[in-house]
Amino acid sequence: MSNLAILPLIIPAISGVIVAFTNSHVKTTRLLTKLFTLIGLAVAMFVAYTVFTDGAIILETGGWIAPYGIILVADKLSILLVLTTNIIATAAVFYAPNSLSLRQETHYFYTFYFMLIAGVTGAFLTGDLFNLFVFFEVLLMASYALIVLGGDKVQLRESIKYVLINLFSSMLFVTAIALLYGAVGTINMAQIAERVAEVEQTGILTTIAVLLFFVFGTKAALFPLYYWLPRPYIVPNPVVSALFGALLTKVGIYSILRVFSLIFIHRTEITHEAFIWIAGLSMVFGVIGALSTNNIKLIISYNIIPAIGFIIMGLGIFNLDALSGSIYYLVHDMIIKSALFLLVGVIAYVAGTSDLKKMGGLIHHYPLLGWLLFIAAFILAGIPPFSGFIGKLLLLRGALSADEIAITLIALLSSLLILYSVMKIFIRGFWGEKDETKTYTKKPSLGLILPIVGLLAISVFLGIGAEFVYPSIEGIAEYLLDPQIYIDSVLKE
Amino acid sequence: MEYIILILAGILFATAVYNLLQKQLLRIIIGTVLLSHGAHLVILTMGKLKRGQPPILDDAVVNYTDPLPQALILTSIVISFGITSLLLVLAYRTAQENKTDNMEEMRGESNE
Repeated sequence: MSNLAILPLIIPAISGVIVAFTNSHVKTTRLLTKLFTLIGLAVAMFVAYTVFTDGAIILETGGWIAPYGIILVADKLSILLVLTTNIIATAAVFYAPNSLSLRQETHYFYTFYFMLIAGVTGAFLTGDLFNLFVFFEVLLMASYALIVLGGDKVQLRESIKYVLINLFSSMLFVTAIALLYGAVGTINMAQIAERVAEVEQTGILTTIAVLLFFVFGTKAALFPLYYWLPRPYIVPNPVVSALFGALLTKVGIYSILRVFSLIFIHRTEITHEAFIWIAGLSMVFGVIGALSTNNIKLIISYNIIPAIGFIIMGLGIFNLDALSGSIYYLVHDMIIKSALFLLVGVIAYVAGTSDLKKMGGLIHHYPLLGWLLFIAAFILAGIPPFSGFIGKLLLLRGALSADEIAITLIALLSSLLILYSVMKIFIRGFWGEKDETKTYTKKPSLGLILPIVGLLAISVFLGIGAEFVYPSIEGIAEYLLDPQIYIDSVLKE
Repeated sequence: MEYIILILAGILFATAVYNLLQKQLLRIIIGTVLLSHGAHLVILTMGKLKRGQPPILDDAVVNYTDPLPQALILTSIVISFGITSLLLVLAYRTAQENKTDNMEEMRGESNE
């Protein structure tokens, strides 16, 4: 029964090994990849259903009881993110064969893809800080391979920067874990939380908390640590960009959410107060970046940063409304970012360029793409019937009830500018006279369009079906506000 | 003893950061290697140095050093080893394709 917790992790790991063997037969590999991903999705749905009805599943690997062995914790928050990850993976895997070159596919793309999913799932499920580091490395190693796959000049150059910054922050992560181990004598998150609560988070523990925030903030691209993110994310194939934009930074965010709602919660006037400022600055600087460029891929890439600001803002305010807003926004943002990256990939493919200045009048040739982008922009900015609205509404309600007026205004203003930055693609790229000199002959295949439609449909459902989704999200926020539930369920005292 | 090792780790971190900020690609990689050495020394020190015998089960011994940091270091060494070898090959290819190993010359739109 408790073995259910490891299934979402082990299915992609084993699939990755299997498709490595069938690598030279592209058709078999594609078929197997789709099959395994669908199995993974079905299993994730089943595990999520079990967790939401019966409560958290704790797996003590190897039969060692909690603080001594490695544990996997499938609680409501982590399983929700695992489910979202699997949905995005399914969309990506149906998009991939139509978008990748045969050379990329035969150079172990699908193996790296499965390893990336395994790493992300593991990072969501683990209950152990050092194990979190290991899963971070699993997903980062896969992402290094995916980002450089193809070996273009620009890919090589950007991946060097990407590898270096991640290696630096990983080594800082190891150091931070070492310092924390020196201070509390354990690496199990529940026991760390217990011991930190016993000594009421003395000065050294707050210092370690800030160091950990620095590490996760680098992975999640928060102000002022976001400078590495925009360019490396646009150089690989769109499907890789979509996986990165939807999953990688969100693992950093999840780690911050977990660590600062479970372990370091006794000095909120230092840590959480700073989060609000960092969130505000992330929104402002991310939006400025998105407005500054004419490259459609770069616009979407910069839009990751304000979204992360929104999620951190909810954690900084730390009340029920704001936290449930954060979680809602996190799920919404994972789905819409992957949809947008895939969509922009198709637009760049049919237009033959990603420079807005060279486009125009695309709506006459590709009406479906245009309207999909229009809806996606509305979802991203948070126009009422769609999913971005509910998350932002909850966040702003939380902010106002905590009397944080400045951050509320910044959030509203940056939402407006986010809408403007994506609408710029629609207005400059799709409007305008039909240009007879340019002949758009490339037709996007059904395989490129369907995954985007699917992701947007889920996003629309998250907005329209908020009545149905919201109680679960609120339950997660209540759960996060009371770390004792997590500690008791893991340590079983 | 712990203080000496921590000062040594501090020197390693300082050299690592200095090397990371250089322009030549190979020196940056040397910086990352030094950085991981520093981090591993910190793990070892944080488990307290030499408070007993090596962690090998033996009836005659009652006092062991902490085995957990050693396992953590071993894991971390293999991981940084893997990344370093990837980074070296990546640097080789990048230097070949871009015809320079100077990070300053590797930026700019003209290269795209």
